Amino acid sequence: MSAAPLRVVIVDDEAPARRRMRDLLADCAQAEPLVVAGEADSGRAAVDLLSSRPADVVLLDIRMPEMDGIEAAQHLQKLALPPAVIFTTAYDAYAIRAFEVHAVDYLLKPIRATRLREALSRARSAKLPGRGVLRELQPAARAFLSAQERGKIHLIAIGDVVYLKAELKYVTVRTAKREYLIEESLTALEHEYGERFVRVHRNGLVARDAIRGFERADGDGAEGQWVVLLEGCDEKIAVSRRQQHVVREFGR
Amino acid sequence: MASIVNQNAYGSALPNFRNLGILLRILLIVNVAALAAALVKSATLAGMWNELLEISAVVQPLLILSLLALIALNGALKRLPYRLGMLAVIVLELALTALLYAAARPLLAEAAPLQRYWLLVFIVTVMLLVYFDLRGRALSPALPEARLQALQARIRPHFLFNSINAVLSLIRQDPKRAEVALEDMADLFRVLMADNRELTPLAREVELCRQYLDLEQLRLGERLKVEWHIDKMPGDALVPPLVLQPLLENAVYHGIEPRSQPGVISINIYTAREQVHAVLRNPYQHQGSHHAGNKMALGNIRERLQLHFDAEATLSAKMGDDTYQVHIVIPYVKAGKT
Repeated sequence: MSAAPLRVVIVDDEAPARRRMRDLLADCAQAEPLVVAGEADSGRAAVDLLSSRPADVVLLDIRMPEMDGIEAAQHLQKLALPPAVIFTTAYDAYAIRAFEVHAVDYLLKPIRATRLREALSRARSAKLPGRGVLRELQPAARAFLSAQERGKIHLIAIGDVVYLKAELKYVTVRTAKREYLIEESLTALEHEYGERFVRVHRNGLVARDAIRGFERADGDGAEGQWVVLLEGCDEKIAVSRRQQHVVREFGR
Repeated sequence: MASIVNQNAYGSALPNFRNLGILLRILLIVNVAALAAALVKSATLAGMWNELLEISAVVQPLLILSLLALIALNGALKRLPYRLGMLAVIVLELALTALLYAAARPLLAEAAPLQRYWLLVFIVTVMLLVYFDLRGRALSPALPEARLQALQARIRPHFLFNSINAVLSLIRQDPKRAEVALEDMADLFRVLMADNRELTPLAREVELCRQYLDLEQLRLGERLKVEWHIDKMPGDALVPPLVLQPLLENAVYHGIEPRSQPGVISINIYTAREQVHAVLRNPYQHQGSHHAGNKMALGNIRERLQLHFDAEATLSAKMGDDTYQVHIVIPYVKAGKT
């Protein structure tokens, strides 16, 4: 048995549910040495908390405002030392069926102390649910993209994204403020967000809402190439010849 | 036949003849029947109008007289057992026919024998009564299947388990509050599980809504704000039970829970021109993806309103930029009268 107590983080949007979990953890502490390393009231707050304060186990509620638990788990996997995740839910028929299929650990609220203790003792050795499994658990698009920089996780609200550009191994995410690099595929992102982005080039997706207009750049050919003008960003993104129909669609 | 009917949870009953929707239906059906008769009797399309005129001369006075009599006798008829009531309506119709026949006989050029009119009136009356019975059955939430569906639409397991969890969290620190919460829960589930075919006073429904919202407040704390505008509420108005509570449950589930900021649910109940209006408003964000439950609850309530009030009650839902509003209009029927 390892000497260091288990560092546990509680994530739930309802204060009474967090309080109940604290009581239960206190009951478990004798059998399974642990400390409550922090609490968060949304997926977003949980990602912020855990990227500055490492923990061994996260008790993660599924249904929360802003960012739900399943999305939070996906972002947490980008940490250098990702915590073990135990999902908690009062009722979510869809998720529970999926958890069973993929043998992901979950607890049903109200939670019994004995079940919690079992889950915690498994947690040290538990394998993380794979990214593919989590994607399957959450069929809706994520509310945030996440970039990992120097061990911390930056969350980028999808509404802030101006364009996505594929380069070699990474995708550049441009917001009005700055750029991030994320390790994802442009095609998968296009598929995930559907109508939100429009493909203007083989390696470029532009947010529909950010399009201010189009203009012809002074090119080397007889007629210049079309470029997209963007809201909140001075860069101009080239429209490839194959995607020129986009210009006509927006012209209307 | 009677035993089969009784096994079904739906008890056959005469329609409420003081209901505008029911009266309109009778008028429409009888007139369509008259039109069909005219069509059959006449050889040409032009001749049909003459036929219709002649038939109307006989049908309309009887129809108006019948409706007036039914409106007047509605209370007495309601008190009779269904089969006796049905018999009473048929006898009433035949008697009215005989009365009119006697009065109008000198006016009619060529009158058919009374028996023929009786047969026609009998057939139309029975048809109408059977129609209303079938319609009542089709709309009745007490039919086993519909009843189950109604129950599922009303108790969201999400609410039940989260509330139990919230009460558990109180037991150690604040046992008094835990007690109140459990009592509220017991009251709520008593109504949820009751046989909800009878109308209930509005004041009771509002009390139930308060208890429900208190429970939600326990979980959500500052995130849930409730504004009641019920100074002008007619507490004695009769409404179908659980007509408001499921709507509030929707408002919390779709409007408050997905927000991290506090949100306001407002409930506005008032009377205008002998009608009770209830307007519920909650914040709404477009990205939500669970609409199925919402539609089910709305459909369920609309069906029950229709059963009790026919065309006189309406339910409309409106989605604004960031608010969602449900507006219910019910005829003002006071407790103690039907």
